[in-house]
Amino acid sequence: MSEGLVLAGASYRYAGASKPTLRSVDLRLDSGRVVGVVGPNESGKSTLCLVVAGLAPGVIGGRLEGSVGLDGIELNAMRSPDLAQQCGLLFQNSATQLSNMTATVFEEVAFGPCNLKLPPVEVIEVWWALRTVGLEKLASRDPVRLSGGQGQLVALASVLALRPRYLVLDEPTSELDPAGTKLVTEALERIVRETGAGILLVEHKTDVLARIADEVLVLDHGTVALSGPAATVLADPRLAELGVEPPAGVRLERAAKASGLEWSAELAEAVG
Amino acid sequence: MTPERPTATSPVVAEAEEAHLPEFVRRIPVGPYRALNPVTKATLAVVAAILAFGVRGWTGPAVVLVVVVSCAWTAGVLRRMAPFALATLPLVASILVVNTFLYPGAHDTIAKLGPLSPTWTGATTALQATLRVVAFGFSAALFALTTPVDDLLVELERRGLGRRGAFVVGSALGAVPSTLERAREVADAQRARGMETEGGLWRRFRGLVPLIGPVLFGALAEVEERTMALEARAFTAPGRRTILRALPDSGRQRAARWLLFVGSVVAVVVTLATPVRLP
Repeated sequence: MSEGLVLAGASYRYAGASKPTLRSVDLRLDSGRVVGVVGPNESGKSTLCLVVAGLAPGVIGGRLEGSVGLDGIELNAMRSPDLAQQCGLLFQNSATQLSNMTATVFEEVAFGPCNLKLPPVEVIEVWWALRTVGLEKLASRDPVRLSGGQGQLVALASVLALRPRYLVLDEPTSELDPAGTKLVTEALERIVRETGAGILLVEHKTDVLARIADEVLVLDHGTVALSGPAATVLADPRLAELGVEPPAGVRLERAAKASGLEWSAELAEAVG
Repeated sequence: MTPERPTATSPVVAEAEEAHLPEFVRRIPVGPYRALNPVTKATLAVVAAILAFGVRGWTGPAVVLVVVVSCAWTAGVLRRMAPFALATLPLVASILVVNTFLYPGAHDTIAKLGPLSPTWTGATTALQATLRVVAFGFSAALFALTTPVDDLLVELERRGLGRRGAFVVGSALGAVPSTLERAREVADAQRARGMETEGGLWRRFRGLVPLIGPVLFGALAEVEERTMALEARAFTAPGRRTILRALPDSGRQRAARWLLFVGSVVAVVVTLATPVRLP
């Protein structure tokens, strides 16, 4: 098994389920790269996140076939606390990710580092995570009294605070407005650039993937229906058939061509 | 008892200051009562309950009420205790009515009010019981208003409860508002689908039935997600967690806690099991 986070022929079946939710998934996430995952509802995206983060079957049981490895080590051979430092997971429902044991956003974000017994001089580094997602001004607020979008940013900062080498983000912008989505997108770009982290990004907003993903993988009924470079996959005509809306740039290009308008590389650049 | 203010000599404080943790995390308590260790404040609340309900006569609850009100004034939370006082009103009202008008065996009638005969014995008993309830309610309010839940959890964890135990206590305390919130959301959703929740008692009761399933199963489903989220945040890492905030304690506070607890038990035993009677 090689460097990076690698799934090879991974199939996963939940405990008590008659059919597997994931079937023979191959995936590779290297440091400094962003792999986007899209797909319709019930296609297995969240399950893929749990498998990649080692929580399925590690914590919730079930049956995994194939292999899931991190830098050559099988995930099931690693302890949860060690794994948390290697591979951070942001859940789709941010409300359940918060500990409910802290009085301020700062302490909520510091919850993970404190669990790892880091000394206060290192815990103070949570400011970096808060700055990254634009939450500095909310640091003293009660985390349970935030809006859904703010709660999602707190959950993201909590994952970042552990400084994992790989981030698995399950729809990090689902509750965010356009400004929040832009903030998170820019933050993820910065994280990749500055820390060299590898990011597995499950996201319905294909515009976000078009901007930051190097590769995209489309899941359908638990299998990989399409995969490859982001620009190629997101422009694939089969995307819409799989229930995924192509990015605005792709749709605009198609509309322009269908109307007989000239579509240039400059225009595509301007549309973004 | 002189509570200790956290000082730079405390290793946790020194470390926190050195780390430049923000003020709202270090939360250095202001005033002597707030600076008490959470366990000392909890002990005071327990002792207040023992004295208010256990010591016969007016002395026990009266002393508790005076001490609690003084502490609340010192801690600057006296005004914020008003809602707690209001919360005791239904209980107080029923105590006053039942005892004053229906005290069994009392014949020292105050006045005849149609079929009702309020008695001096009943009124005295009612006032004494009211004093006990109010004294206890105020002491619980004082504890709640001056002790952040997370401080209590940190202290319990530091005293050996362990991070899992602290989490269970914290989750139980946090579950009440979140369950109410969930019930409100489910009720709104059901109402939007035509469920009737207003009107008579029976109709309201029937309206509760469709709430139970979603609230209960939703809470159970959340448990699994929370477990995974905790794992993903290194909650199961071995050893004690880093404590960011100093919670001062001292030999004097420890001694005072034992003294107060034992003293309150002795006071109750003396008034109940001996001829000694306090006013």
